[in-house]
Amino acid sequence: MKSSFPIFLAVFVALGASFGGFVIGAISQLGTAKQTEILNGSGVYPVQRTGDATLGLQVYRANGCAACHTTDVRQDGVTCDVVLTGMGKNLRAVEKVLGNFNTNELPKIILHNATKEAADAVSDQITTAGGQVETHIIATGADISRGWGIRRSVAMDFLWDYPVQLGSLRAGPDLANVGARLGNLNWQLQHLYAPQSVIKNSAMPPFHFLFEVRKLNGATLSPDALQLPLTQQPNEFLPPPGCVVIPTEDAKNLVAYLLSLRADVPLYEAPFTPQQTSTNSAAEKK
Amino acid sequence: MNHNEQKICAVSEIDASCRVPLLALFGGAALWLVLGLALSIVASLTFHKPDMLANCAWLTYGRVQPAANDLILYGFCIPAALGVMLWIFVRLSQTPICLSLLPIVAANIWHIGVVVGTLVILSGGSTGFLWLEYGRGASVLLLAAFVLIAISAFATFGWRHHRELHVSHWFLLAALLWFPCIYATANFFLVISPVRGVAQAVIDWWFANNLIFVWLALVGIGTAFYFLPKFAGRMLHNHYLALFAFWTLIIFGTWCGIPQGAPVPAWLPAVSTVASALLIIQLIAVAKISFKTVRGANTQCKGGSFCFVKFGTAAFILSGIIFIAQACPQISRIVEFTWFGPAQTQLQLLGFFAIVMLGAIYELLPRIMGFELPFPKFVRVQHWCFIAGLVLLVGSLAVAGIEQGLKLSNPAVAFADVSNATLVAFRFSTTGLLLLLLGSLLFAANIFVMTAKWKFGLLKTCIAAVKAPLATAEVKS
Repeated sequence: MKSSFPIFLAVFVALGASFGGFVIGAISQLGTAKQTEILNGSGVYPVQRTGDATLGLQVYRANGCAACHTTDVRQDGVTCDVVLTGMGKNLRAVEKVLGNFNTNELPKIILHNATKEAADAVSDQITTAGGQVETHIIATGADISRGWGIRRSVAMDFLWDYPVQLGSLRAGPDLANVGARLGNLNWQLQHLYAPQSVIKNSAMPPFHFLFEVRKLNGATLSPDALQLPLTQQPNEFLPPPGCVVIPTEDAKNLVAYLLSLRADVPLYEAPFTPQQTSTNSAAEKK
Repeated sequence: MNHNEQKICAVSEIDASCRVPLLALFGGAALWLVLGLALSIVASLTFHKPDMLANCAWLTYGRVQPAANDLILYGFCIPAALGVMLWIFVRLSQTPICLSLLPIVAANIWHIGVVVGTLVILSGGSTGFLWLEYGRGASVLLLAAFVLIAISAFATFGWRHHRELHVSHWFLLAALLWFPCIYATANFFLVISPVRGVAQAVIDWWFANNLIFVWLALVGIGTAFYFLPKFAGRMLHNHYLALFAFWTLIIFGTWCGIPQGAPVPAWLPAVSTVASALLIIQLIAVAKISFKTVRGANTQCKGGSFCFVKFGTAAFILSGIIFIAQACPQISRIVEFTWFGPAQTQLQLLGFFAIVMLGAIYELLPRIMGFELPFPKFVRVQHWCFIAGLVLLVGSLAVAGIEQGLKLSNPAVAFADVSNATLVAFRFSTTGLLLLLLGSLLFAANIFVMTAKWKFGLLKTCIAAVKAPLATAEVKS
């Protein structure tokens, strides 16, 4: 063959097709997304991040945090718990379905880790008998069991972000829901200044350049000063005597961004039933 | 002068015509390869001693690692590929390089772009998009430089004496068109006029896959299909199968790259998975062509260019198999977000592409310069340094990735234990990087000494011309 025209045609067809699918397709489906209503709740999601958190995203980008952290919780599926919340007026009919038990224990989980179909079947039976039940949807998966999130990450979580930094490596833990599970401001700052002071054997490099070590010189302690644990043994993480560690604006903005990472509302594409009890302390320990 | 002598004279003239542009491209490429690997080592050391560079923002892991990766890709791989492509074009066209000033200017613009882009990343100005970290300014320089070199290559192609197309023409011409299209598109939708939300990530994955897998494969396989028959002293096995490999690569390859766990509509990763699975056809075709072309060849390998290209082609097959495996949902569930991904990327970049390019450069460099390599033994040493380094780097990261993935999928294992389990692998990967750095230093030594020798020769000629006594007629006039 002597003509190069087929090569041009091949490139045009092959690249044009994937451009149409992955670029134009993604823009038309995802690039025009708008805020969505929270499932079974009031309000819309996501709300725009605050000013300092938006600036913090740029600190996150500048320092390449996405090289080690993902913001993408994966989910394997969902299970359902059926919770009996009330016996209704026809106690006997409900007891006929469930057997005898102490009504003071309500609300009580009567079906645990069931499929949607099984949960619906039990729920229908009890409702028909006059009882009141709730079906709780629980997202499952290794990431969720680790406490990294309550549900999977969805496109809506990143609606306002530029750049969107999902990350591709977990040298460090996932941060998709870090604001909800590790919501302590000082803990986050201390973790940035000296990661090994809060997580032993952490592989994360300290970000000393986001902090200033200032001499006190008898002045009153700045309210911004980092509260480092004095009981730390060894005290390698503490500043020299008479000095305090002050976070820079970049550090404060970065932490504001981290605290704004909260993928903790149920959505149509990622449903779950919010739990009443806080899991912050448990997640922190993990 | 008989016909053969005429041909020899023409070939040497053709080779000499691209000496300056190729030296400009290869000189910078050698430097960036050394610097890129040195920065990779700096990044790797963070895992051995996290607080080592705590006070230096410019050397924090999140900046050094992308800077190192980009130096290897944009600093070494692409300029080296452009140089090799230009040489293959002039050889196949049997004509001196056309518009030779363009690639010289473009090579310098490209290297300035790499300097600017690297400084932008290290100073915290990265765009935050994978493989597209260089800012707007550097991207414009790179795109302009690439287009200028492509113009010269197309002009040379247009002036070819043999009108019949070689298989490599297909791969290399497509590559010359491919890069500007994907680079301009990605920069437009991500940097100049950013799209909203996760569409950014999808476009970035599309770009990264088209660059790291498709573009590198187009150039690497196109180069291998040119050199393997030459080394083996026979025709390329099955011309039509090679064209089939080309079509399957560009049709299926361009749809890959969307991760399984991405928070995007399900059709996107599903299409990627199907396209990745179909890539096995292309891999089988490339494997069959390469194997049948080199099998039973009388040429001795001896750690020279032939070895480099053979090893690179084998690495491409292995990298492709891993790439397909990663797209399989069952495997992806384990190895996604682990060191397994970087292992495949390094195998593709350094194991396949860089090695094929190094083999090609070692083969063409003495021809364009007109004299032999100053340190021919370094070629063999580098070959073994690269093989050992790659086995250590890719092998350790892949094993670490699998172990990390298995532990991550078990919530009972604390995350600190998952991280600690991979630390042993970093000792091997850092050693691998050191060997690769040593190999790249040997390559740089050959390039720079050769350039210095050539420049010294030019200087001597100039001095001799100045000192030469004037002819009597000239004195009289």
